[in-house]
Amino acid sequence: MTKIGVIAFQGDVSEHVLAMQRALEGKGSAVAIRQARAVSDCDGLVLPGGESTAICRQLESTGMAQELIDAARRGVPIMATCAGLVLVSREIEGDCKVRPLGLMDTVIGRNAFGPQRESFEMDLEVAGFSRPYRAVFIRAPAIVRAGPEVEVLARLGEIIVAARQKKILALAFHPELTEDLRFHHLFLKMLEA
Amino acid sequence: MELEKLRHGTELLKRGFAKMQKGGVIMDVTTPEQAMIAEEAGAVAVMALHAVPADIRKMGGVARMADPAIIEAIIDAVTIPVMAKARIGHFVEAQILEAIGVDMVDESEVLTPADEFHIEKTKFTIPFVCGARNLGEACRRIREGAAMIRTKGEAGTGDVSQAVLHMRLILGQIRSLKGMDDLQIMKVAREIEADCELVAECARLERLPVVNFAAGGVATPADAALMMQLGADGVFVGSGIFKSENPSAMAQAIVEAVHHYDDPRMLADFSKGLGAAMKGLDAASIPAAEALQTRGW
Repeated sequence: MTKIGVIAFQGDVSEHVLAMQRALEGKGSAVAIRQARAVSDCDGLVLPGGESTAICRQLESTGMAQELIDAARRGVPIMATCAGLVLVSREIEGDCKVRPLGLMDTVIGRNAFGPQRESFEMDLEVAGFSRPYRAVFIRAPAIVRAGPEVEVLARLGEIIVAARQKKILALAFHPELTEDLRFHHLFLKMLEA
Repeated sequence: MELEKLRHGTELLKRGFAKMQKGGVIMDVTTPEQAMIAEEAGAVAVMALHAVPADIRKMGGVARMADPAIIEAIIDAVTIPVMAKARIGHFVEAQILEAIGVDMVDESEVLTPADEFHIEKTKFTIPFVCGARNLGEACRRIREGAAMIRTKGEAGTGDVSQAVLHMRLILGQIRSLKGMDDLQIMKVAREIEADCELVAECARLERLPVVNFAAGGVATPADAALMMQLGADGVFVGSGIFKSENPSAMAQAIVEAVHHYDDPRMLADFSKGLGAAMKGLDAASIPAAEALQTRGW
């Protein structure tokens, strides 16, 4: 049985657990985890949306940060959405409040689109998807620069909003808030490979 | 980017924003310096106001929206979301807050109400949080477009008892819906003056359809963990931080307490050596006419 751990310090954890359970269709379980030692039991991990400053503090104080770095090194797939996309990056533009984990060769602009007033939904063209994907961007970050190993899945103009590097899937939007599970299925495929 | 393809201000975006705050602490601040202390401590958002509720209570007079210059300075000082309070029914204060880039408006009983009606919140692009004492009040605010509910508690007292009462009431009323048929739910909805479909939705979900935070009297890490164990999705702390002896330590401890709310040993550690919490005021000693929670309906 596949076990997916959702890092559960802060953010829309229950939405992630439910969406992942739907995607698993009974072939595994999704659980919220708050203990660093629980990371090593998981076949896949989710870094949810929330506030990256708050989540970053908890990752560090609980030792979870190192567990995630080790898991990524072992090739455990990680799905990182919104704040998660910030946390897995190599560098954050003009900001030293969040210390990223450096799992992905990306440079992030936090709040790339402005305050909540500018948050938006849109139909996004995604590489490999036959029809557009309704993406929900909430005070979203974006990838402003990416290294050669990063595979771009979706762009908005110049900036990257969905990307993959080996076993890490980073999304600037929230696949857990809609019914469309294509990104979840893509992630679960990464577990098989 | 083709801007016409973007949809702003949808219910999904508003409620989604509130969901991102879950498991976090939202702190009242009155200056950019306080906002930075809050952010450093791990707050998920700050609430910008001209005075914390304990001082508003003391000062008396009409309490209004904070000076937009102060709110803008706070927005510039932090990267976390900034919320601000508008008076109940004062939709122009809310328009001003939206215009300067506030992320969420708290239509708050802490300020002096401007109208017997609450703001029509569906008309705004940014989301609103509103206070509630019971399920009827919560459903009325959600019907008006609130994307987040918080208990009213009794703000500015440092006495958590009213927040406990309101949280117990809201969650207890939802539990009591279990097993009811449509006609029974219709009867409850009529009794609590709430939209029938919303009450039915609460029954189906076994919770409010929006995020439900605790607020109004939370003053210590133990208070915050108490509200989380009772079923809050997160916590607002008003006067409790910057009226305490050591705001930075208190802020950090309350954040930790919310993240680890079900671990008494860790809660003990977080509670150590914080200095004095805010002095506070027994909510039961407040004359009915001076209670803030009875503002709004």
